[in-house]
Amino acid sequence: MSKRVPEEQYKKTFSFRFHQWLNGTKDPYLDTVELRPQEEPKQTDEDLEQEAKQRIIREERAYNLEHNAQARLFSKLYRYFAVIMCISLALVLLTGVSYLPKFGLMEHPTNNEVPARYIEQGLQETGAINIVTGMILDYRAFDTLGESHVLFIATCTVLILLRVDKKKERESESNNDRVYEPKNDVILQTVAKYLVPFIEIFGIYVILGGHLGPGGGFSGGAICGAGLILYLNAFGFAKTEKFFTGKTYKAMCFGALACYSLAKTYSFFTGANHLHSVIPLGTPGAILSSGLILILDICVGLVVAGTMYTFYVMFRKGDY
Amino acid sequence: MEIIEWIRMLLGGALLLIGVVFFLVEMIGVFRFKYVLNRMHAAAMGDTLGIGCSLLGLIFISGWNWTSLKLLLVIVVLWFSSPASSHLIARLEVTTDENPKEHYTEKMIGASADCAEEKEEK
Repeated sequence: MSKRVPEEQYKKTFSFRFHQWLNGTKDPYLDTVELRPQEEPKQTDEDLEQEAKQRIIREERAYNLEHNAQARLFSKLYRYFAVIMCISLALVLLTGVSYLPKFGLMEHPTNNEVPARYIEQGLQETGAINIVTGMILDYRAFDTLGESHVLFIATCTVLILLRVDKKKERESESNNDRVYEPKNDVILQTVAKYLVPFIEIFGIYVILGGHLGPGGGFSGGAICGAGLILYLNAFGFAKTEKFFTGKTYKAMCFGALACYSLAKTYSFFTGANHLHSVIPLGTPGAILSSGLILILDICVGLVVAGTMYTFYVMFRKGDY
Repeated sequence: MEIIEWIRMLLGGALLLIGVVFFLVEMIGVFRFKYVLNRMHAAAMGDTLGIGCSLLGLIFISGWNWTSLKLLLVIVVLWFSSPASSHLIARLEVTTDENPKEHYTEKMIGASADCAEEKEEK
């Protein structure tokens, strides 16, 4: 059984004062000062009119070039100094460039043992024909993991900044042009109907072929995301939310990042601690080859595609 | 066979030059016109004929192989998607134009107003 506390006694408790402090009605330390926002100063229409007039007069004085000799001189000098500034900046940068070693020379300082090892033993060690993918997803996979997390954190920030409160949205639905959707555009719908499947297939091809040729998770994911955005623009949220909502995005992103982290942890342990790795490298050139690279590529692609689509949705609507 | 090679190279070069000329005309148009729709009219020439001629020239130079097929696909995708995107831009401009009397004749304004009414009825 709960005992009801009288109001005076309740006001002395910590929780009451804490709630008061939290709501901003009273300062708990001084106990007397009220923390309320300041009242806005009252302005009559005459005051506003006079202010506007004075502002116009001030602007006339400052910016009218015919009567203001100082401004005339300044605007002339400004042009010359802008040109001089640009030219000197370009000269400084060009002199800096002229000290750089020529492109592609053997004595180039970047031609040390690191790229030599990548080029000579990259195929044997990673199993990827595309050396660049072998580098970014095997030798430097930790770096790529950080990049995927950067994308995810960026989406989280955009979610925090742009997410619209649903209660507030209902109040201002009439003057909120983000809800407005152009509908039934026959040209766009026809084009999207034929183009979107090919875009998606091409994106998946680029993701899956990352270790065999130019491509990889980032570029393929960007293509897939662009296809999704085109589909959304043509057919509206009603169609896309059948298969892609905020929940889908969260599950996809968390799953992909967790999969990436786990797979990479395994390969770090087996690679650095002289443990035997179970994952076979396969024959170079086959699609199921080069160990973990294909899985990592798919993870990165999922994250990138979801991030692009979510960015667009957040800017457009503010909510899934 | 050498003559055919020469003809191919010359044809490819000529098509590339024609494409560059179209791009030049497009640039002049984009900078000289003052209104969005006029500018789009000029820009559409580079998007279609300019890029088409340039890529066709590259196809002739490249010869009969997979690269040519990919270039042909690029032409198809560009000719497919760029009209749709410019249609969207033009529609946005027409629907959000603040002073249409400066840009269109009265006949055109009447026609677009009729279209707007029809859309509202739907």
